[in-house]
Amino acid sequence: MQEKKKRMAIIASKGSLDMAYPPLILASTAGAMDVEVTIFFTLYGVDIINKNKYGSLQVAPIANPAMPSPVPMPNILGMLPGMTALGTSMMKGMIKKINWPTIPELVQACIDVDVKMIACTPTLEMTGVKKEDLVEGVTMAGAAEFLNFALDANVSLFI
Amino acid sequence: MEVNITLDCKGLNCPMPVVKTKKALNDMKPGEILRMESTDKGSTSDIAAFASRTGNELLEVKEEGGTFIFFLKKK
Repeated sequence: MQEKKKRMAIIASKGSLDMAYPPLILASTAGAMDVEVTIFFTLYGVDIINKNKYGSLQVAPIANPAMPSPVPMPNILGMLPGMTALGTSMMKGMIKKINWPTIPELVQACIDVDVKMIACTPTLEMTGVKKEDLVEGVTMAGAAEFLNFALDANVSLFI
Repeated sequence: MEVNITLDCKGLNCPMPVVKTKKALNDMKPGEILRMESTDKGSTSDIAAFASRTGNELLEVKEEGGTFIFFLKKK
């Protein structure tokens, strides 16, 4: 008898550039390792699979003391206009330097290894995001659909 | 060792060597050999973990001037 496949369930709740990577990296890797994966995108996490937004996710230096800075400066300066754009372009530079895939490329990598992606229906309702705004193949459902999968999962993560 | 497919993952970082290895194996026949080249320092343990989980056999790993070379036999 064939062994039952391992399962991983991820909730992706953040829409910043740095926080979009962990769920997509884990999901694409697990999918490649023959794990059945479902990612449930909720709240700001929906931006990761929104075609109008996923190529331009940002990262904010404010309240992020770990963010490297070219010159030492108080973190509060992160509130100045342009600092988010500056921080984002710095992070994109670092990503490019190590030849990491972009978010759209990683979403495609997930699709290629059959990761199931679900967009949270109340979030879509709240933000006015339509099915046609989402990456092709993303389905729409609520908590029960995700839990039905997660209840049998070997790994469950909230990111 | 007779290699059927060679995959160049040099310069790529996690997770791409594993994802590309999987995609290459998908297009191969059981028993065929994939040679994969990577410069990702994590790939020695990552590819070993990938192989043990997926049942594709890791026949050999070697290092040549900072490049890791893997030989995998498709399940």
